[in-house]
Amino acid sequence: MARLNVNPTRMELKKLKARLKTAIRGHKLLKDKTDEMVRRFSSVIKENKKIRLEVEQDVASVLSQFSVARSLMSVKDIRLAFSMPSVSLGLSCGVKNLMSVEVPSLSIDEAQGEDKYPYSLIGITSEADYSVELMGKVIVKLVKLAEIEKTTMMLANEIEKGKRRVNALENVLIPNIEETIRYISMKLEENERGATTRLMKVKSMLENRG
Amino acid sequence: MKDKMAIIGDGDSVLAFTAGGVDAFPVDSTETARELVKKLAKDYKIIFITDVIAEKISDVIDRYIESAYPIILSVPSKAGSNGFGINGIKKAMDKALGVDILFNDKGEGEK
Repeated sequence: MARLNVNPTRMELKKLKARLKTAIRGHKLLKDKTDEMVRRFSSVIKENKKIRLEVEQDVASVLSQFSVARSLMSVKDIRLAFSMPSVSLGLSCGVKNLMSVEVPSLSIDEAQGEDKYPYSLIGITSEADYSVELMGKVIVKLVKLAEIEKTTMMLANEIEKGKRRVNALENVLIPNIEETIRYISMKLEENERGATTRLMKVKSMLENRG
Repeated sequence: MKDKMAIIGDGDSVLAFTAGGVDAFPVDSTETARELVKKLAKDYKIIFITDVIAEKISDVIDRYIESAYPIILSVPSKAGSNGFGINGIKKAMDKALGVDILFNDKGEGEK
């Protein structure tokens, strides 16, 4: 293990001991935090997977419905039919704090328009009506999925970072400090012994002379 | 306050999303999609990208992972899902836990 590059003095020893204490405390806190994040993460990711599979199915069915509608109408009509949202979603985006990670939190005020279909019914096929209606439902789920999936990704990132920090403290910083403390205290003891021997030697020399 | 959503995708299938109040941006090449993501990231809170395109420009998408917004989400396209979305979840799980808790029995997952 590498020793820190410091002078072996009493002052440094004192400083290092304080650092060691902080490092150990920090390590414990970080480890607890990462563990808790992992716990939350495992529940979030389960939900994420569930919603993801659901939404993928829904979107696929909406899109196939849409392509049926599209094949029955001209491009101009289809643009017209789909140009206005059937549900007006008041999407508001905030952030919430999950284990000191700023994750998005979305909320939707779903205001159904007075008309179910935001266009005149002339010239629009019933297939188009149907896909417009389906889309309105799917979009709510999509927003929910967006929120959860982002949370998952951010938590995963944060957990990785936290683990790296915990490992760095545990395997590098703390052993290094301990090693240095041992080195300094050995050096200090050595100096002390050296001083004692010198004194004894001087004393015996003085006695011999006198 | 109303925040905006956008969809980037290939062909006409993105038009369907406009019925849900999402602004549609059809693109035909990977390069334009790349540029478009960068441009839309400033104004839009949620950007849906069809997964075929998302897979090709995942390097750009990864850049937005650190901050809460914009949320970039891959959605299946007309041909169905190509597994990019699920793979993303799998990758996140690998990164965070290092063990497989969801996909152990042929993708069915535990209850």
